[in-house]
Amino acid sequence: MKFFLIFLSAFLVNNIILIRFIGLCPYFGVSRRLSTALGMGMAVIFVMAVSSWISWIVYHWVLVPNGLVYLRTASFIVVIASLVQFLEMFLRKNFPHLYTALGIYLPLITTNCAILGVAFLNIDYGHSFIETTFFSIGTALGFTLVICLIASLRERLDLAPIPESFRGNPIAFITASLMALAFLGFVGLFGLSI
Amino acid sequence: MKYFINGILRENPVLVLMLGLCPTLAVSGTLRDAVGMGVAVIFVLLGSNLVISLIRKGVPSQLRIPVFIIVISTFVTIIDYTMQAYQPELYKMLGVFVPLIVVNCIILARAEAFASKHSVSLSILDALGIGIGFVLAIGAMGFVRELLGNGSIVGRIVLGESFHQNPVLFMVLPPGAFLVIAFLMAAMRKWRTS
Repeated sequence: MKFFLIFLSAFLVNNIILIRFIGLCPYFGVSRRLSTALGMGMAVIFVMAVSSWISWIVYHWVLVPNGLVYLRTASFIVVIASLVQFLEMFLRKNFPHLYTALGIYLPLITTNCAILGVAFLNIDYGHSFIETTFFSIGTALGFTLVICLIASLRERLDLAPIPESFRGNPIAFITASLMALAFLGFVGLFGLSI
Repeated sequence: MKYFINGILRENPVLVLMLGLCPTLAVSGTLRDAVGMGVAVIFVLLGSNLVISLIRKGVPSQLRIPVFIIVISTFVTIIDYTMQAYQPELYKMLGVFVPLIVVNCIILARAEAFASKHSVSLSILDALGIGIGFVLAIGAMGFVRELLGNGSIVGRIVLGESFHQNPVLFMVLPPGAFLVIAFLMAAMRKWRTS
């Protein structure tokens, strides 16, 4: 039950984009078409799960025993950047289909603050390894859900009569505002709070 | 001088270039948090622009992004620990967004697009201009959200006690952040095109 609540909290109640405001660049940058949004979401699910395991291991087995906690920021970003490179090579060799499907989204993920943010949050919340797994997968699914929802909305918005100044990004933010309002409705689900 | 002014308005990093959205939306609930975040970003931006333009001739171009990230994360670690020591309350409010400055797109974008190609003095001017532009944008967000969401400015009640008791709570919640930035962006675009 505890793991289910961690998952649900990360997935809906504390949605990483709409409630926590982490990872907004891809949310507005690659959400013009549903297909690209889905590709980005898949890449994030994959990388977020692997990177939060690795960074958990690096923090608890390398940094803490050696008293190097102040290197957290630098080491996590290096670990994630090299992990993405490594994953890219690994996928290209062993899973070419997945590699072509994820395409350019894999390298873009290195600078996605959602990945690094989840690694930090796992440490700040003192999650165990299994809790880290549920938290990061829930977060990544929440990211994918929300980015696909806004992509579908923006495809419709292209055809709507919108005042000149609001066309493009401003109206996307207003849409996001209404989505965030809707997601606030999940607060209190199974007693979970923000 | 041109570089300095450019960053503040015409190329405002947040409202025009859409960089660094996460902290702008997340920690602009009150003016104090917003300005605290802005100052932290200015510090990192100044430091990283300065160091990167100093070492720009000695860094091979294939290795530049990892080198930039290491430089940036050094300054982020400095501000992280300094803030924790001297401003513990502010640090608690900003939370995970202080270490996340390392993936703030503004800083890497300026390092890549400006500091790696220009002299030290120009890079400092650019960092100041862009930094002030960021503070203005996040400060405007904090001002509007605190004024309407709490009826106060920097904790001082200005809109009367009855408004403070029943404020527009929506504004300090996540949806309010999206709404305020949408209107600021639309206003900015109107001003630029007219």
